[in-house]
Amino acid sequence: MENVTPVVQARGIVKRYGHVTAIDHSDFELRPGEVLAVIGDNGAGKSSIVKAICGATVPDEGEILIEGKPVKFNSPIEAREMGIEIVYQNLALSPALSIADNMFTGREIRKQGWQGKYLRMLDKPAMEKFARDKLTELGLMTVQSIKQPVETLSGGQRQGVAVARAAAFATKFIIMDEPTAALGVKESRKVLELIQDVRARGIPIILISHNMPHVFEVADRIHIHRLGKRLCTINPKDYTMSDAVAFMTGAKEPPAQDTV
Amino acid sequence: MSNTTTTGPKGQDFEQTLDQSDTKVASFEVRHQSPLERIRHVLHNNPTLVPVIVLVMSLFAFGLIAGGKFFSAFNLSLILQQVSIIGILAAAQSLIIITAGIDLSVAAIMVLMSVVMGNLAVFAGVPSGFAIIVGLAGGVGAGMMNGWLITKVKLPPFITTLGTWSIFYALLLWLSGAQSIRGQDIDANAPLLKLFGASFNIGGARITLSALLMIVVFVVLWYMLNKTAWGRHVYAIGDDKEAADMSGIRTDRTLLSVYGLSGFVCALAGWASIGRVGSISPQSFYEGNLDSITAVVIGGISLFGGRGSIMGALFGALIVGVFRSGLRLSGVDVLWQVFAIGWLIIIAVAIDQWIRRVSA
Repeated sequence: MENVTPVVQARGIVKRYGHVTAIDHSDFELRPGEVLAVIGDNGAGKSSIVKAICGATVPDEGEILIEGKPVKFNSPIEAREMGIEIVYQNLALSPALSIADNMFTGREIRKQGWQGKYLRMLDKPAMEKFARDKLTELGLMTVQSIKQPVETLSGGQRQGVAVARAAAFATKFIIMDEPTAALGVKESRKVLELIQDVRARGIPIILISHNMPHVFEVADRIHIHRLGKRLCTINPKDYTMSDAVAFMTGAKEPPAQDTV
Repeated sequence: MSNTTTTGPKGQDFEQTLDQSDTKVASFEVRHQSPLERIRHVLHNNPTLVPVIVLVMSLFAFGLIAGGKFFSAFNLSLILQQVSIIGILAAAQSLIIITAGIDLSVAAIMVLMSVVMGNLAVFAGVPSGFAIIVGLAGGVGAGMMNGWLITKVKLPPFITTLGTWSIFYALLLWLSGAQSIRGQDIDANAPLLKLFGASFNIGGARITLSALLMIVVFVVLWYMLNKTAWGRHVYAIGDDKEAADMSGIRTDRTLLSVYGLSGFVCALAGWASIGRVGSISPQSFYEGNLDSITAVVIGGISLFGGRGSIMGALFGALIVGVFRSGLRLSGVDVLWQVFAIGWLIIIAVAIDQWIRRVSA
């Protein structure tokens, strides 16, 4: 394991808001091709550490390496330009716009030639074809229309669009924030399958979740966050859900580091 | 490392029964809809359909009531002429309303910039062309001031533009000394200012350049909103600004450009109004702000942002014009014209609310 360069490696990250220390010298590591779950109690700072990695907050101290190279993101847009995609809990979709428009928000394709150059005309057919292909790849496409507004879709379908968008453009890794929190049993199942499909394409995923059964089902490793820092990482095969909960609430001593 | 490479559904014990259940939940599927739902769906996808239907129906209704004098080419072109200035203002207003904002200062910007153009060209002896450029640039500046207050100082658009409405209005009274610039003076010193008052005849119709300008403004803005990435971003911001932010749109920059463009269109309306009115009057178009909002709302553009086509505002302005003209030719008192337009607004908003409730 040691000779593989991690996709993300963060060391000694610190973020303070006034008197509150949201991240307290925390480390973080994401390895190629894995699903890394990040769990922790409310207020443990699991969102903060992930935000620091994708540029949503700028850490006060510490360094972040992406594929071995140090980076400093000032906004999620900068991270996105490097191929890091985020699926937000509220999905960040525009309800009245079509599926195709939503897939391309902020990175639309212009027509070739003078129409694109001088009139800045969008290449809608190309965008629609791309969107349809991507949804088909993930098995989401028994569609009537890719021009359908997103608001006419169910919660699971919207999540599907958000995941497909991330998978289509991510070259480094994808961050998913509570992707199953708002979904029913069957829709959650579909999203978990999507996560496995995306991993099968070799794109690593950081999964923030409160749902232990879902975490234990799809994660290769689990990063347990407690009191602003990484407490330990565990292999879900070696521990039970109760162990994980005991670690994250402090009811049980964590295993020695570097076991996984 | 990977313990779950099998892609088949494995899940937890209590989910095993899901294997036998319908698997189509998270896929896109066709649902059967009642006729009413289907109408709503069609309207939802084509927000300009309602104003088009209303326009056609009102044309027929007034054609029947008021007879040939209503349906004459001359009268129809007169309606086009009468709505041209408010129509252009409504185009500017649409841009703002699509971003879920509102601009109460559009008419004030318009009149202020017509006064600026007039003062420079008629009294200061500046070449007309240059005076017009200064006026148009001033429109951009006034719009950007609204945009800056809204995006950087983070004030709500309603309050911001309520304030700038008064500010621009006071400025235009000061600049004009509350005096009109007479038509003869404009003709003598700066005929270019009256360019959009020029007209030509086709058949019995008298088409003014201001009416043509209105149509050109709408077509260009429609193109920008529907065929460019900028336009998609404008809609996305109106729909859900936070989501637009997170999906990588530079929302503040886009909003600023919307307000700047809207200010430019207002100043263009100011130039056109000089030709339309024939003089520059600081008191003119005092109700232009509300008239422009009326046209936008009747045109099916949602006041909640993100929905509706800018072409709707053109039809909205025409509907108002048709009602005014039709009722007048039918010999109805002016107060009933106002009464009818009030109902039009309320019905338009009610229809918008009903359409917006579509979710399947």
